[in-house]
Order: sequence, then structure tokens, then C-alpha cells
Amino acid sequence: MSCVGEIYSLLNFVSGSLFSLEVGLRVSLFITCYNDTLFPETGKAVVRVLERLGHTVEFPTGQTCCGQMHYNTGYQAEAMPLLERFVTQFRGAEAVVVPSSSCVAMIRDHYPKMALAIGKKELIADVEELLPKVFEFSEFLTKRLGLEDVGAFYPHRVTYHASCHGLRNLELGDGPVRLLKAVRGIDLVELQGLEQCCGFGGTFAVKNADVSAAMLADKMAAVLETKAEACTACDNSCLMHIQGGLHRQKTGVRTVHLAEILAGDEGVAQ
Amino acid sequence: MSAVALDPKTAPTFPMAAKAAMGDAQLRKNVRHATDVIQAKRARVVAEMPDWQDLREAGKQIRQHTMENLDFYLEEFEANCTRAGGVVHWARDAEEARRTIVSLVKASGSDEVIKIKSMTTEEIQLNSALEAAGVHPIETDLAELIIQLGEDRPSHIVVPALHKNRQQIREIFQRTMNLPELGDKPHDLADAARVFLREKFLRVKTGVSGANFLIAETGGVCIVESEGNGRMCLTLPETLIAVAGIDKVIPRYQDLEVLLQLLPRSATGERMNPYTSVWTGVDTADGPRVFHVVLMDNARTEILADEEARQTLNCIRCAACQNACPVYRQTGGHAYGSVYAGPIGAILTPQLQEMHHAQSLPYASSLCGACYEVCPVKINIPEVLIHLRNKVVKQKGLSAEALAMRTMGLIFRSERRFRAAQRLGRVAESPLAGKDGWIGWLPGLLGGWTQARDLQEMPKETFRDWWEKRGKNGN
Amino acid sequence: MATDMVTNSAREEVLRRIRAAKGGVANPEVALAGWNAVERRYKREATRSREAILEVLVDRLQDYDARVVRVMHVDVSSAALRMLTERGAKRMVVPRGLPAEWLPDGFEFVVDDGLPAAELDRVDGVITGATLAIAETGTVVLQNVAGQGRRAATLVPDYHLCVVRVEDVVETVPEAFGRLQATSGLATTFVSGPSATADIEMTRIKGVHGPRFLDVVLVG
Repeated sequence: MSCVGEIYSLLNFVSGSLFSLEVGLRVSLFITCYNDTLFPETGKAVVRVLERLGHTVEFPTGQTCCGQMHYNTGYQAEAMPLLERFVTQFRGAEAVVVPSSSCVAMIRDHYPKMALAIGKKELIADVEELLPKVFEFSEFLTKRLGLEDVGAFYPHRVTYHASCHGLRNLELGDGPVRLLKAVRGIDLVELQGLEQCCGFGGTFAVKNADVSAAMLADKMAAVLETKAEACTACDNSCLMHIQGGLHRQKTGVRTVHLAEILAGDEGVAQ
Repeated sequence: MSAVALDPKTAPTFPMAAKAAMGDAQLRKNVRHATDVIQAKRARVVAEMPDWQDLREAGKQIRQHTMENLDFYLEEFEANCTRAGGVVHWARDAEEARRTIVSLVKASGSDEVIKIKSMTTEEIQLNSALEAAGVHPIETDLAELIIQLGEDRPSHIVVPALHKNRQQIREIFQRTMNLPELGDKPHDLADAARVFLREKFLRVKTGVSGANFLIAETGGVCIVESEGNGRMCLTLPETLIAVAGIDKVIPRYQDLEVLLQLLPRSATGERMNPYTSVWTGVDTADGPRVFHVVLMDNARTEILADEEARQTLNCIRCAACQNACPVYRQTGGHAYGSVYAGPIGAILTPQLQEMHHAQSLPYASSLCGACYEVCPVKINIPEVLIHLRNKVVKQKGLSAEALAMRTMGLIFRSERRFRAAQRLGRVAESPLAGKDGWIGWLPGLLGGWTQARDLQEMPKETFRDWWEKRGKNGN
Repeated sequence: MATDMVTNSAREEVLRRIRAAKGGVANPEVALAGWNAVERRYKREATRSREAILEVLVDRLQDYDARVVRVMHVDVSSAALRMLTERGAKRMVVPRGLPAEWLPDGFEFVVDDGLPAAELDRVDGVITGATLAIAETGTVVLQNVAGQGRRAATLVPDYHLCVVRVEDVVETVPEAFGRLQATSGLATTFVSGPSATADIEMTRIKGVHGPRFLDVVLVG
């Protein structure tokens, strides 16, 4: 982060509230293919939070997918055009916010290498320029805007699962938990083994269904032990998997993306 | 001797083997307990080291540098070892290594050998080759002894019998050592092993070992161990034969100052393992009078040639990745169908098979990255896994999965096609959805999902539908 | 022998493969430069005071269930007397070159002039000096030199009494390797506590094949 950015962060931390020196940013939303299709509420929540903080949200409509599923499953060639599409859609953005840490990890860890493999000079330069502007949603709030309190209200018992890519690739650290702690009315309880993989792993969930289910069983046991009403995370991929199990077992426990908790306020139906 | 050896050429695919393994509740309990204990110990001793990350980086660079100059260092090792009285042999593959070792054992005039635990000897299935030649191999590492007497197979690089608990071990010893009164306290079991093996250490004339490190600068060999059986096999016999993959060489003696800090803390969670032995060639007043080293390739040069996968060879066999892996935790080691299991096994085994076998192993991972986090030499295992998946896909060519992937790829390349697919998906799944909006069964390739999970029905309105409406309504 | 011809062609083939894989023959100058370029930002020198270093060593050794006493040079033999008596040891093997003034009266000391292993198995223990000790890891380093002797002699007996001079104690592993560089070709054994295994349910059990009992006399 630049020196100026650090000063902003420090001031934000000191003021510790909604007051952010960074207002009126043009934030481009990369919703991700699966959030767009399966979890639109997460996208709506992101928009709500960003607008509450005084920023403008843009949504390049030609966006589709970052290419992670293909890349991770061994279909690198099919992922290349998706990189080019992403760059085209978001070229010139001031900031790109993504409510999915695995997608950001894909972009951050692999796009530079992939651009080199494609070999187009302009593309390589575009990727280099764009990447520092791409943020996972919680890290946009904590690292880019330097915030912890975003004015949220969510009066429920919640436990947090640390998605692997956010934890290890993006090094989100305690950012998400600090955001959660600042939520008014929340009863946040720590999840045992929160850093243990939930077992989703993309196509792993289907190709190694038995092991995936066993890992899920451990995660569910930990969630149930907290007696939380809801389990949250920065990735709907993990949550979809955990919710699928919690629902199958008829536990009555639900999952909710971090953004939707942060979007909660007095006026919104919980 | 081991039971039907773990052979990647004939092992069942990982999903199949994993399913079987997970049906063994005792195994899962033992594996969980063992990996929990080692992980906790490792975390404690690593937390003590403020320079841990610097050590990891140095370890990575040392190993990387070695591979970049592998021929130089192997020749240097050979020259120095030979100068000190050792005899260096080369083997292109497992078969050649076996033949060489067997003939060296025969030449030593012994029909028994005492062995130190060596995954390399397991990799090449040396014991069955020795038996076939009329030589009886005696495993002296407690875990390997348990495996041998129990006619079992190793399931972990560092603690091969981790899948056995004390009652199971007692049962094996009672039977094979003829000790009907044997107690089941770990202490009793270790005592029984001590007495059983001592007699052999003092008598058997030929020893076979692996090597943790081969030191190019001095021609020395380094062996890291805990029990003392290594020291026994290295010093008491008249003839010692060490077999090592060519990836075991390190440039200089000084490099041990890094590797001997990384290895014990990562492998067993100790500041230092009880015994480390370093020796050079032959010292007629101390130890074996005849010393041979067999340098083996066995497809390591193939891995070396693949620049993106080359880092696989940096491995120092600590097994920290196995202990950290949430998949290994569920299945144990046998499910990987190879002596190298867990994350390192998932990348090493298929490559040692030149990608002809073990093709399901690169997929035996959720890519969580816990292995990379603990690897003392910073092997980016997830990256290599993905690289190998690409190789497997290329090999498989046209398949139902490839077709589906290609189709999805085309869909994602166009906004129009993507939106159409979203609408189609909703239509296609609607017959599968229950009244509450949940799907309990999916067909074909997706069936794996609904084995243990429900799937929520797609929302009627996608995010972009909502966004568009919002725009029209002036927000 | 018969394998020589085969091994030569195997040697040429393996080296050829390595060179093909890397894209060329390695060059000694390049190798040297590459090795020198390895970043070594890890701790390489002592940061604790001498006294603190010795305390850490004692602490680590005791952690391994080794008994440790610290004495001045003149008192080594009386410390040895006490320890041998407590262990019930009567007949000990000693290497050539062990300082005679370390040995107390009233015990039988057999000099190891290449005793057969079976003989080593019958003594009560062994007494040696040490090349150096590493405080951080509780390690004693032995080499085949005067006063320390053959490797078998510190392996087969069940009890090892080791005399370590304080000036030979270093804090860190890198310092140890710095001191050992000059004798890197000697057979060297790093001993960190009595032998142990964790192969049974991950319970650390002491004493499998190496000496089960370790006493250290720290001198100076």
C-alpha cells in the first residue's frame, strides 16, 4: 500500500467508525459466476454496504467467470480466454471488489503467469496494472478503506469459518473477524478448527465425494457445537457446501455470507 | 516382508481406495490422533523460532540451487566419497537398483541384512527382491518392524505404522515374537522390540540403509533417526550399502545447519531428533570396512525436466504435509496406493510413474494449501497439483468431463450465452426441486454432490437481472 | 566387479538425462556463484549471554531426562563417582585419550581398543568427552577422536556419561556447523537425548536401541 494509503488507514483506524476519508470511489463489482447465478443476495448486500459508505458501484455487464474452475481442474487452455475477458471488462476500473476470496486468489496467484503464457505484451501490462486494484470484499473494507465498523446490525448468534483461499492465499488474517466483531447486536462465537478446510475444493466435492463428505461432517460438527444460528464466511462456495450438509441433516442452522451480515441494519428484514 | 506392496501401477483409484479406508473406524481414529499430536508438537517448536521463515526460504533456495546444478553435485559427491573409501554405483531405475543391491549383498557373504527405515527401499520394493534371492531382510525401525511382522504396508513417511494402535501392535508382537504375556503399554512394546532386535544388531554382517542427505562437498552421508537402530546398522556390520535417490544430494556440509533445523521440527515436532549420524566413506577403525552407495534415478530426471514440477524434488521427506492435510486425515496413507502418501505423494507418485499411473492422485486434494504452509522448503504443492491435473487432462483427451468443461468454457466467453445458460439451468433443475426449494438428487457427474448434501434451487432472479431492473427504475 | 561395466553406462546415462533435463552441463563457477547467492537471513550467531546459553543447555538436557551437573575441572571425577554410584555402574568402557583425572577410583575402566560388539554389550556404560554441545537443541556432538572414541562404544552400552566443557558449548546449530567444518569428514554423531520412538500411538518412549540413560557433566 502507498504511504498515502497507510496514512488514510491509520486515520480510519483511529477514528474507528463510519468516517472514512475515502469517499466517493467508483467501485466496480465482479460478482463471480456462481454468486450471480446462485447467491444474488450476496451481490445486493455488497452494493448496499458500499453505497452506505458513500461509494458508487458499477457493474460491467459483460462479466462472466474468472476461470478458476477450469484452471484448477486441469483445463488451463479454457481458462485463458476468461482472463482476457476479465481484463477487458475491468480495464480502467478504480477498484474491483469481489465477494469471493477463491476467485481473487485465482486472479492474484495465477493471472500474471497465465498472461505471460498467452504472451500478448499489452495483456501482460494490463494485468499488472489491474491486479493491485482487485480486492476481496472484506479486504477492500479492512485494508483498502481501513474500516472495521461499517454500520451493521445483525442480532444473531454467528460463527465464522475461514475459507482456505482467503486465509492462506490472500492472508486476510483477522480482518473478517474484526468486521464481524464491530457488528451491533451480533453474538460471535469462535468455531473450533475454523482454519480446517470444509471439503468443498471445487470439483473435488464431486470427484472425491466421500472424502469431501467426511471433511464436511467434521466442519458441521464444529458448527453445531457453537450452537450458532448461522455460519458465515467470505466464500459462498464453502457456505453452499456447508449449508447443503446442514440442510440434509435437518439441523435448522443456516449459512450467510459475510456481506449479508454487514449489510444488515435496523431497517432490513433479517 | 510387507503384504501385497503398495504399487501405484495396480492400486485402486484414490476415490475408491479412500472410500474403503474411511470405512475403517479404528484407522480413522488412529490417524486423527497421530496427526493431531504431531501437528501440535510441530506448532510449538516452530513458534519458538523467530527465524523460521528465513530458514524455510534458505532451505528452498538450497534445494532449488542443488537441482539446477544436480550433475555437478552428484559428480562431486561421487569423487569425494570414492576418495574416502566408499564405492559409488549408479542405477537408472528401480530394477537396476534392486539388482545392484542384491549382488552387493551376496558379495558381502551374508544371507541376512539389517535395514534402517528407508522409503527409497520401499519405493523400489527391495525386500521382495532380497527374499527372492534368498536373503532375509530384517527391518529394525520399530514402525517398519511392526509393518514387517504384521505383513502390512507403510502409511506415512515418518511414522509408517501410525495407523496402528497399541493393542494392534501388541497382538502382532505376541504372535510373532512368541511373547504371550506381553503387556500393551507402549513401554512394554518398545522393550520387546529392543530385545528382539539387539541380538540381530550384534550378529548380522551386512546393513542396508537409505540416506537423508548426501553431502557433495565432503562425500559424506547423513542419516536422521530417533531410535538408535540407524546407528546400529551404520556402525556394527562389516558391510554397509546405502541407496539414495539422486535428489538427496546437497551442496555443502554447512547446508546441514539449515536442513537439520527444518527437518526435525517439521517431521516429529522436536528441536532435534535423538540421533543424527554423518560419516564419510570408510574408517577402518570405526564402522563398516566396506561401504557402497547406490545413486538411483528412477524417473527423478523426468521430474527435473519439467520446470514447473521440478520443485517436487526439493522434498526432504519430513511428512509435515501429510500431518497437515485434511484429506490425509480422513483416509490415512494406504488410500494413496503408494509409499509416498498425502500431498507429497499426490505429486511425487504420479511423476515417478511418468504419469502412466496414479492419475487420480493429483485430484486427491481440495487445494486448501495447508501443505504449502508447513512445507519446510516451500514446495508450492497446490501449484504442482494443478500443473499435473493439466497433464492428466491432456492425456485423457476426449471424455464426458472434457466435453462438459469445453462447453462451460464456451458459455463463459459470451454474455449472451452465459445468461441463456442461467435461464436454462433454472428450467432444467426445476423438476428436481422439492416444494421447499431444495434438491436432494442430481444426475450423472453431479451426483457426487447430492450424496451428502442438498442443493438449493436457483433463485428466480440473478444478480444481474436485479441490477438491470434497478437501473431501469432509476435505482 | 561385475557391476562396474553396467554402472559406468548407468552413470553416463543418468548424467546425460540430468543434463538434458536442465538444458546443459553444470559449470563449477556457476555452481559456486549460485551457492553463494543463497540468502541466509536465519539466525547464525549467539544472542544470549554465556550463562544464559549454559542454562538453556542444562534445561534442554533435563527435558530429555538426561541428568546434568555442573562442576569445576577438579571436581569431574567426584561428579563421575556420584553419578556412576547412583546408576549402579561398576564396569565402564572408556575411549583412548580420555583424561585420566576424570576417572574416580573404585571402578573398572576398560579401554576400547576395538572391543567386539558383544563385549560392549556387557559393560555397564561408557564415559566420553564431547566435541561440542548445542544449547538450543540440547545436542551433544561426538566424533571419533581422542577422548571420544569409536561410534559403537557410545551406542551399544546402555549408559553414557558425557563430559562437556563449557567453552565447547554453542548456542545455535549454525555455530556448531561453523566449528565442525574443519573436521567435516570425520564420523560425527549428534546426540539429543536418549533414544526414543513415537511410533506407538505417538507416545514418546525413551530408550529403544541407543543408551537409555544419559548423564552429562558440564565442566567449567
